[in-house]
Amino acid sequence: MRWLFNLSFRRKIPLWTSFLISLSIFVVGAALMTRAYEDMKRAVVISAGNLGHTLANTVAPALLHDDVWRAFEIVRSPIRGEPAQTPVQVDAVVVLARDHKVFVSSDPDTLPMLAEPPALGVDWVQLSTRLGAESNWSLVLEPEDSNYLYVVLPITDRDAQLGHLVLRYSKSVFHPWFIDSLWQGIEIGLLVLAVLIPINWYWGRRMATPLVDLAQRMGTILETEPAPLPPDLYPYQDELGQLFRAYDRMALALRDKAALENEVVKSERLAAIGQLTAGIAHEINNPLAGLITVVDTLKLQRDLDPRTLRNLELIDRGLMQIRDTVAALLVQTRIQARPLNQHDLDDIRTLIQTQVSKRRIRLEWSAAMPDELPVPASLVRQILINLLLNAVQAAAEDGQVGLWLGRKEGPEACLSIVVHNDGKLLSEEQFAHLFEPFATTRAGGHGLGLWVTYQIVTQLEGRISARNVDGQVEFVVNLPLGEALCNTASA
Amino acid sequence: MTQSISNSLPNCNRRKWLINSVSFAAAGLIGLTRKAGATGGKLRVGMTPAFLHDQHRLLDEWRDFMAASLQRPIEFVQRDSYRETMDLLRLEKLEFAWICDYPYLHLKQEVRLLAVPLYQGRPYYRSYLIVRKENTQFKSMADLSGSVFAYADPYSNTGYLAPRYHIRNLGRDPATFFRKTFFTWSHRKVVEAVASGLAQGGAVDSYIRDTLVHVEPELALRTRVIWRSPEYGFPPFVSHRSVAASDFQLMQKHLLDMSSTEKGRDLLTRLNLDGFTIGDQSLYEGVARMMRAFGEA
Repeated sequence: MRWLFNLSFRRKIPLWTSFLISLSIFVVGAALMTRAYEDMKRAVVISAGNLGHTLANTVAPALLHDDVWRAFEIVRSPIRGEPAQTPVQVDAVVVLARDHKVFVSSDPDTLPMLAEPPALGVDWVQLSTRLGAESNWSLVLEPEDSNYLYVVLPITDRDAQLGHLVLRYSKSVFHPWFIDSLWQGIEIGLLVLAVLIPINWYWGRRMATPLVDLAQRMGTILETEPAPLPPDLYPYQDELGQLFRAYDRMALALRDKAALENEVVKSERLAAIGQLTAGIAHEINNPLAGLITVVDTLKLQRDLDPRTLRNLELIDRGLMQIRDTVAALLVQTRIQARPLNQHDLDDIRTLIQTQVSKRRIRLEWSAAMPDELPVPASLVRQILINLLLNAVQAAAEDGQVGLWLGRKEGPEACLSIVVHNDGKLLSEEQFAHLFEPFATTRAGGHGLGLWVTYQIVTQLEGRISARNVDGQVEFVVNLPLGEALCNTASA
Repeated sequence: MTQSISNSLPNCNRRKWLINSVSFAAAGLIGLTRKAGATGGKLRVGMTPAFLHDQHRLLDEWRDFMAASLQRPIEFVQRDSYRETMDLLRLEKLEFAWICDYPYLHLKQEVRLLAVPLYQGRPYYRSYLIVRKENTQFKSMADLSGSVFAYADPYSNTGYLAPRYHIRNLGRDPATFFRKTFFTWSHRKVVEAVASGLAQGGAVDSYIRDTLVHVEPELALRTRVIWRSPEYGFPPFVSHRSVAASDFQLMQKHLLDMSSTEKGRDLLTRLNLDGFTIGDQSLYEGVARMMRAFGEA
C-alpha cells in the first residue's frame, strides 16, 4: 500500500481524484438504484391495491355462492398467457377461504384448490400467520429468502369477511428490470467518467507539474546554486504560490550567502598574501639598502676598469629594479595627506590623456566633486590612475572607458568610484585571482596595479569589487568618508 | 332487440318487418305476448349450452337464415344455464328452445318434441369423462375419487346426470365421491377447467368435446377421454305447448329442410351436425331411467 503513497503527485492527484469521482458516481448511483427499487416496489403495491380492490369486490359474490368457476374466471382475468414481463404485472391471484385454504387460484397447477398453507410452502405459512393476527386491511408481505412479494386484501360482503385475496408478484421479474436500470446507470456513469477523468488528469497534472519542478529544485539545492524560478511557473496566490515565493526568497538568500562566503575566502587569501609579501619585502629591503650603498661606494672609485664598471652598472640596475618591485609590494598608507580636491581629478585626467588619445578611446567623465573630500588625496589619485590606465589598456581600440565618481549620502557616507571599459569581459578564472599580485590579464603588465589598488582600498577600510555588466567590465570602489564602514560594493 | 333484427334483415323486407315489430312491441305492452305466435309475430328461440352457443357469428347467420326461411322475425335468447332457459320456457317467454335431454324430460308437461339433431348421422350422443392429458394416473372414474371435479350444469345429462349415475353404479355415493365439485355452466368450460388443472376430472358432452377438437384443438387436445357413457338421445329442439300448430310445423319443417339448402348445409357443417329428424320420446328412455334411479321422475 505504501507504494501508492510514494507515487509522484503527477500521478497521485489524478489517481486520487479519479478514485473519488468514481466513488461518488458509484455511491450516488447506488443511492438512486436503491431509490428506484423502492419506487418500483411502491408502484407494485399501489397497482396491486387497485387491482386487488377490484378483484376482491368482483370475486366476493362468487365466493359467497361457492361458484368456483366464476371465481376462477375472475382471478384469471389479470393473468396473461406469457410469464410476467414487468414488475407491476401480477404473477398469481389466489382466493383464500376463511379457513385459509385455497378457494381458487389463477394457477391451479402450483396453487391447487383446497390446498392448505403448509402444502404451498413457507411463504404461505407466514402469510397465514399474519392473516390470523390482523384482519381488515391490506397487507404487504415480503418473506425473506422468497422470490415473491405478496399483497393481501380482505374479501368482504357488507360486514362479513368471506376470505382473502392474495396477489403474488414475482421478484425475479424485478431483477432483470433492476439490472437493466443498473446497466443504464453504469453506462451514464462511465460517460460522466469519460468526460470528467480527462479534465481531472489535465487539472491534476497542471497542479502537480510546478510541485514536481519545485521538488526537483529542492533536491539539488545543496549541490548546485539554486536558479530563480521561471516567473510564469505558478502565477497564483494560493498556498502553492506562497511556497514558490518562499523558495525564491530562500534561493536568493542562499546565493547571497554563497557570494559572501566566496568574498570572505578571497579576502582572507588576499590578506594572507599581503602579510606574506610585506614580510618578504621587509626582509629584502634591509640587505638591499646595504647592497645599494656598497654598489654606490664602489662606483665612486676611480681606478675601476671599464669591464668592472659595466658590471657594477648592471648590478646597480638590478638592485634598483628589486627596490622598485619591493616598494610597489609595500604599500604605505600611513602617511599624513591632504584631502582630495578638484585639482587632483583634473591632474589625473591630464595624466591619462596621452594614453587615451593614443588608443583613440572615448572617455566618459562624470565626477560630481565637492570642494574637498576627507580622503587621502595621494592614495585616491593612485587608485584612480591604476583603475583608469587598466581600463584604457583593456578597452578595445576606438573603445570606451567611463568614470563615475561621487559621494553617496545616507547612514554610510562613502566616496564611490566606478570605472568601466568595453574590453574583453573577465573570465571566472580571472575573477578568482583578480586582486592577487602578478595576476596580470594582459601581456606587458606586471600585475601589481590591481594588487596595489586592493591594498590601498583595504587599508582605507573601503571595498573594491569587479563584475561584468551590460557587456562591460566594471570596477567599483567605495571608500568611507566618516566613521561608518562602506559595506556596499555596488555603485 | 327489435331494432337489431330490422337492421339485419334484407332491405326488401324491411318495411314489413318493421310493421310486424311495432305491432309485436305494442302487443307485448298490452300483455298479449302469449298470442304472438298466433298473430305471426316474433318467434323466440332459446339457445343453451347444449352446443357451442358462444359462436356468436354462427348464431347470427343461423338466425338470419331462419328468419328469412320462416318469413318471421326471430330472436335467439341465450342463457348460460339450462335452469334459466327452462324458467323462460315455463313462463312462456320462449316459443322454442334447444335444450338438453335431461331438462326436456323435466319439462315434459310443458313442451313438445320438435326435432332432434343428427350427429354423425344418428340422433345420439354420450357423456365423456375427461382428465388432463398428462395426468396418466387417471384411467377410470374410480381413480378420480377424492379429487376436484367439474360438472357442466345441474340440468345437464352428460355433464351431471350421467357421471353421477356411473358413480352410483360403482357403488359409491356421488355426493361424497369427490372432494369438491363445481359447475362451469358450459361444456366448453368443463374442458377448460380440466385443461387448466383447476379440476382433475370433468364430465362433458361428447358432441361438444368432439366439435372442440376441430374448432379449438389446442384446448380440446389438452384433455383425454377416459370413459365413454352409453348413448343417449341427442339434446332436442322443443316447442312450448302453447305455440300454435302452424308455427310448430313451420319451425319443424325449417329444421328438417335445413340439410336440403346450401346455406342450411353450410350452417350444419359448422355446427358439426348432419341434419334433423322428428325423433321420438323413446330416444330418451335412458335418461328417464337414470332419473328414476335418482328418484327424480
